[in-house]
Amino acid sequence: MKLKELESCLQQVDTFEEPKILLEQYPTSPHIAACMLYTIHNTFDDIEGKLVADFGCGCGVLSIGAAMLDAGLCVGFEIDEDALEIFRRNAEEFELSNVDLLQCDLCHLEAEAYGQKFDTVIMNPPFGTKHNQGMDMKFLRAALTMSKKAVYSLHKTSTREHIQKKANDWGVKMEVIAELRYDLPASYRFHKKKSVDIQVDFLRFSKT
Amino acid sequence: MKLLTHNMLTSHVKGVTKGYPLLIKATEVKVNEVDFNPKFVCRMIPKLEWSALVQAADQLGHREDLPGELVPDYEKNEDFLRKVHRVLLEVEVIEGCLQCPESGREFPISRGIPNMLLNEDEA
Repeated sequence: MKLKELESCLQQVDTFEEPKILLEQYPTSPHIAACMLYTIHNTFDDIEGKLVADFGCGCGVLSIGAAMLDAGLCVGFEIDEDALEIFRRNAEEFELSNVDLLQCDLCHLEAEAYGQKFDTVIMNPPFGTKHNQGMDMKFLRAALTMSKKAVYSLHKTSTREHIQKKANDWGVKMEVIAELRYDLPASYRFHKKKSVDIQVDFLRFSKT
Repeated sequence: MKLLTHNMLTSHVKGVTKGYPLLIKATEVKVNEVDFNPKFVCRMIPKLEWSALVQAADQLGHREDLPGELVPDYEKNEDFLRKVHRVLLEVEVIEGCLQCPESGREFPISRGIPNMLLNEDEA
């Protein structure tokens, strides 16, 4: 499948009806999702025939893309019931049979119980701002515990140094695959501008 | 919920030391066709808790003749791999619940999605 095809398919994925501030429900744009998945698939071969987890999957754009790229199975982890319901409808409309969903709180999950069960974890975690400080690192820690090969994630560029330090502490290799401009549409009332671009790193973590 | 997912799930209720495997009480089960990928099934088998898979398939009435012990040289046994494929990926629990074997806590499954969230006093 070509990148353009993947992106245009992902444009059909429905997203949040009423995003929840506390959960930082910013959708991953079809363009960013397609670019991420295409690189994970083509450069690193970490999707096709793999057991993939999507952390904080929301309405499922990354999972659906991974399923379209022939993941063996992609399991979406999400705390919010409303997002899961939209995901379920999306998966149904795309007629995907290689996705599965789980409602759970990744912060309370004992990730050790899933030690390295997944080949690959993909995620666009909450950036850990406002009420959620440190959430992105909790997601990352759990993802590293549960994956055998690699974790792909988006993080604010401003936190790169901090994440690099943590990666060193945890003994994992971190690569910056791309620097993205993440266009956050004004999802919430406290956003005064129509949209705001933030600098985001697309990171790959691998076990050394 | 597919049985591959179930095979990884554990109950994390506070104080529980052995929350695995979760018992399945299903009221609706569906079988959806999934493309057979023998390589993927082969790679999943060593990661599985085999007895938990057999038990789960049994609870859903879909065990058929799946053996109680993993067969040797399964990599070349397409017939066996197809059976494993079926229970891992095609059999799905749509409605029912999962029960923690130690605490008895039930986790509802609704529209195919297990809800593993805990109350504050359980986490």
